[in-house]
Amino acid sequence: MTSIKRILLALLLLIIAVPAVIIGAEFIDHEDAESAAAAAPSSPATEQQIARGAYLARAGDCMACHTARGGQPYAGGRAIPTPFGTMYAPNITADKETGLGSWSANDFWRALHHGKSKDGSFLYPAFPYTNYTKITHEDSNALFAYMQTVTPVRQPSQEHALRFPYNNRILLAGWRALYFTPGAYRADSKQSVEWNRGAYLVQGLGHCSACHTTRNAFGATVAKSDLGGGLIPIMNWYAPSLTSDAEAGLGNWELQHITALLKTGVSPRSTVFGPMAEVVSRSLQHLDDNDIQAMAVYLKSLPQNDPPPALDTPQPDKATADRVMQAGAKIYEQHCAECHKAGGQGIAPAYPPMSGNRALTMGSAVNPIRMVLNGGFPPSTQGNPRPYGMPPFGQILNDQEVAAVVSYIRNSWDNRAGFVSPQEVNRYRSIPLD
Amino acid sequence: MASLQLSSVSRIARVALLALSTFWIADTIPAQQLPDNIAQRVAACTACHGKEGRASSDGYYPRIAGKPEGYLYNQLTNFRDGHRQYPLMTYLLDHLSDAYLHEIAAYFSAQHPPYPAPQPVEATPAVLERGRALVMNGDSSKKVPACIACHGQALTGVAPAVPGLIGLPRDYINSQFGAWKNGVRRAKAPDCMAQITQRLSLEDINAASSWLAAQTVPEGALPAAATTVKLPLPCGSVAE
Repeated sequence: MTSIKRILLALLLLIIAVPAVIIGAEFIDHEDAESAAAAAPSSPATEQQIARGAYLARAGDCMACHTARGGQPYAGGRAIPTPFGTMYAPNITADKETGLGSWSANDFWRALHHGKSKDGSFLYPAFPYTNYTKITHEDSNALFAYMQTVTPVRQPSQEHALRFPYNNRILLAGWRALYFTPGAYRADSKQSVEWNRGAYLVQGLGHCSACHTTRNAFGATVAKSDLGGGLIPIMNWYAPSLTSDAEAGLGNWELQHITALLKTGVSPRSTVFGPMAEVVSRSLQHLDDNDIQAMAVYLKSLPQNDPPPALDTPQPDKATADRVMQAGAKIYEQHCAECHKAGGQGIAPAYPPMSGNRALTMGSAVNPIRMVLNGGFPPSTQGNPRPYGMPPFGQILNDQEVAAVVSYIRNSWDNRAGFVSPQEVNRYRSIPLD
Repeated sequence: MASLQLSSVSRIARVALLALSTFWIADTIPAQQLPDNIAQRVAACTACHGKEGRASSDGYYPRIAGKPEGYLYNQLTNFRDGHRQYPLMTYLLDHLSDAYLHEIAAYFSAQHPPYPAPQPVEATPAVLERGRALVMNGDSSKKVPACIACHGQALTGVAPAVPGLIGLPRDYINSQFGAWKNGVRRAKAPDCMAQITQRLSLEDINAASSWLAAQTVPEGALPAAATTVKLPLPCGSVAE
């Protein structure tokens, strides 16, 4: 009896003590040695530093989340849908009460590097500090110097609308213990300066893995599939693997095609669309050629070893497949061939090729389905200021027809990929577009 | 007579030359070449808005051809920046620059394809008469100005920013009033149409839209030239 009591007591202690230790440890963190070593700048920000910060804010695409549609720059308010509820990006203008006006450079560094707010509370990882932790202290200070020059907008940040239990920030202690270690970018001395610069941008400020890596049930990007592709939750666009030749791996791309895609949004191989159009529009097109080149060099060097993804939908029998291909061919000829050509070669860069275009043949067919339903324009960029657009077809083709033409495109010319069902098409009709 | 013949000969020669040169170009430039013109670039728009922006037959997507350039530009930026709500439009325009949207607006504004016949009328004569009265005279008891006071005597709009009201489907007109009423369609302040909408009953709106949709657009209809006539109430989207 007493031994049972003792065991129960021990268990109880364990239940209380373990989380307490984790929470305590996460609060204390290892931030101090590092922070103290690189203290906040005592001298006022130089113009050069502010200009540098403005550039870095572009590289980090801070505006994408921290500016609502039609809203004041950096005043926050954009809703970010997640599987845990909706998050609202906060105001980060220089307003003293509702923005970052009362923050110090060290507070800012702590947010970027340690994922904690000014008051020490844990930040939700929708703010990609798992990437930003690799930003250098010098870059953090430049970013902060710039943010302090952003026109203050008095607009209280909106509370996140997260479901229980995710609305308890304290639980992030456990999340952090599992998925987050503050760290710096460690240069690989075996690689060139250019490669290291690219890696620093891709892994840190660029936070490419926020979309291009699968998130687990707790919303954490899984390190072993880094840049291995993932479906962006709720938004339902598939961010392709950058480490697989079957998807968007860039190993066999010419460097100039990668830089063209990143800088202008179009290339002879493919065109950006969906969330990547936004990234090019707001961020990448503004970066200087050296940085774009560095990112391209790094991306091209990523190991290309992912197996092609498995099909997750049931496939039709031969007779049905033949019928679908015939129906798809007819629709393709009627609606697609004028631009993308009967042979699927397209007229790049205005109309990307269909044959051999991996954006169409990945395991998940969500992207081609949504392209057919909604069409789209690549972004206006300096290198492509007047993009050619693709019409939406959702209003003239029914689910069966969209399924047929997407299946046809995925299985014609050199393409071989899974057939698409009308049910799958239907699922993507009602996805919010904004 | 002789000069006439001469001019027609030279015209034929020019056409022939042009045809020859296009043939030559088509022959020497790789087949991959695209017509580098705005019509080709905005083919995405005409899928719903019809060839040259003449509207489609389903009675919802509005005609954009021939509308004043400033009006079209305002609507494009309003969709892009979230002042008008139609998710597909916002999605399509999301990353297009102001300069490109100006060019798109100018292109559709310059198109003048023929108008279709008006939709069959379903409203009663009494409703139509109420609609006509509202459009032509307004309703002073509700402080509602006549539509023609801003949208032109011929209701074909006024350059550069006031749209025409005839040649539009009734459903489209009704849904715009609904959007003003609910605050999801917003123009630059002061938002005159939002104010007017608040003064109108649903019956008024139905009467006006029924009458407007029943009108035949005269051949060669164009927006009236920019005028200095004072608007009955200030409108942020119309530069003073």
